[in-house]
Amino acid sequence: MHCASDRDRPTLIWLQGVTCNGNTHSFLNLPYLPQLLAKYDLLYHPLLPASSTLSEVVQCKRPCDVLVFEGAYDPLMKRHEVLLSELLDYYGMRAGHIIGVGSCASFGGMFKASAPQRNSGLIFDESESSGPLLALKNKVINLSGCPVHPEWLGYTLSMIADNKEIKVDTLHRPLELYSHLVHHGCTRNEYFEWKVDAKAFGLKEGCLFYLQGCRAPMTHASCNRILWNDVSSKTRSGTPCFGCTEPDFPRNDLFHTKTNMSIPEDVPLGVPKRSYLTITGIAKAFHIERLEGKLIDDKTAD
Amino acid sequence: MARISKEERKNGIISAALKLFSEKGFYVTTIPDIAEKVGMSVGNFYNYFTSKDILAKELVMYISEYLGEKIREINDKPISTKEKTAAIVSMYFAMANERPEMIEYFLRIYLSNREVFGEGCAGMVCVSPFVTEMMMFFNDGVSCGDLRDQDFFSAFGLFMGYLGGMVFLFGEKILPEPLSSYEASISENIYNALRVR
Ligand code: SF4
Repeated sequence: MHCASDRDRPTLIWLQGVTCNGNTHSFLNLPYLPQLLAKYDLLYHPLLPASSTLSEVVQCKRPCDVLVFEGAYDPLMKRHEVLLSELLDYYGMRAGHIIGVGSCASFGGMFKASAPQRNSGLIFDESESSGPLLALKNKVINLSGCPVHPEWLGYTLSMIADNKEIKVDTLHRPLELYSHLVHHGCTRNEYFEWKVDAKAFGLKEGCLFYLQGCRAPMTHASCNRILWNDVSSKTRSGTPCFGCTEPDFPRNDLFHTKTNMSIPEDVPLGVPKRSYLTITGIAKAFHIERLEGKLIDDKTAD
Repeated sequence: MARISKEERKNGIISAALKLFSEKGFYVTTIPDIAEKVGMSVGNFYNYFTSKDILAKELVMYISEYLGEKIREINDKPISTKEKTAAIVSMYFAMANERPEMIEYFLRIYLSNREVFGEGCAGMVCVSPFVTEMMMFFNDGVSCGDLRDQDFFSAFGLFMGYLGGMVFLFGEKILPEPLSSYEASISENIYNALRVR
């Protein structure tokens, strides 16, 4: 059932590969979801009300301007008895934009970890160019994240609906969202600077880099600039960043920073290790009382 | 006669001060002693270093940069961690022979007169070029699978403590043989203590 105005709106089909539904659930938290969806003609979504059923979609007769794909690609997987590869071929060819939502669709992510030989993202297998839509890679926008931040998907879909150009990085992620590091905007930056570590999760004070495994200084994402549910982020609540937007996610030992004789194996992006070690050694020489206790205590409050 | 540049003058003071401090100790050596040794007036000396404490800190930084640069050359070579260990030991002993005042200063002044170096030289501030290179050595050794992962200071203390101890014994004329004759066995001991087992 279509009304006349539908033809003015781009059609959207949301397909799923191997997924936990996390990106769909994240999307449901978008505060302006109804307004955004009003800009689209939603033909199919696994959870949201849409005009077609899956059995209609797999017949490959629907139009599709924007194809959203959630989950890892598995060449043997079928949806309603039709191979994913056939669905991707058909709708991918027709769509003007293809969005890989989440780290599984972008790089293989969590599910690739369990079937490394089989599962991949749409155009990347971790950071290697490989995947079913490689030939259509110019249309693909990856929104990595486990799950994708609802605002990032909201941004991307709004830009497409408004016919605006989205510039992407080498991993096809929008620069607007992924050129920053999670470290940017973290409320703990002063602790990072002076090398004061948080000894446990959940503390408001201290940096989570050395003792809790924070990957934010090498992770591209805007979690600390565009907050989750408009209020918080992992590092703000005292949990380390897991680096979930990068192709090597999930790494082993998410709560652990790999060190070689106490020296972190990975140092902040773009900083030569030697220089980092020199600066760190010097920063550690300072004892800043204000940063050593709880900020709320009188003795360190000023 | 060509004029001596300010930089050369400064280096002259550094060499003279290193020798005097390491022979006579920090407190006994006076600024007039140093000025006399380099042939300048006390007034002129203050144009280069405004106090004895400041000079003392500059000397540590000078040694640390010198050592750091030598170790960096070794770190950058495409050789195994075992060979690097031997090269560092050999470099250190060569320095103890050729410029004993550098190591003497480090051991006898820097490590024994902490009150002089407290402010401005806290922690690793004055020795950072040298410590950074040792960090690089250990980091690379662990990441290529040669060295056992452990606490940095435990490894650093083992390596440098051993070398410092040998140079100290040598300076006290307790060692029966010249330093160089211990090079091979010491590098082997250090490497064996640090390597992956
Ligand atoms: S907690 Fe993480 S994001 Fe925050 S300052 Fe430390 S390293 Fe950076």
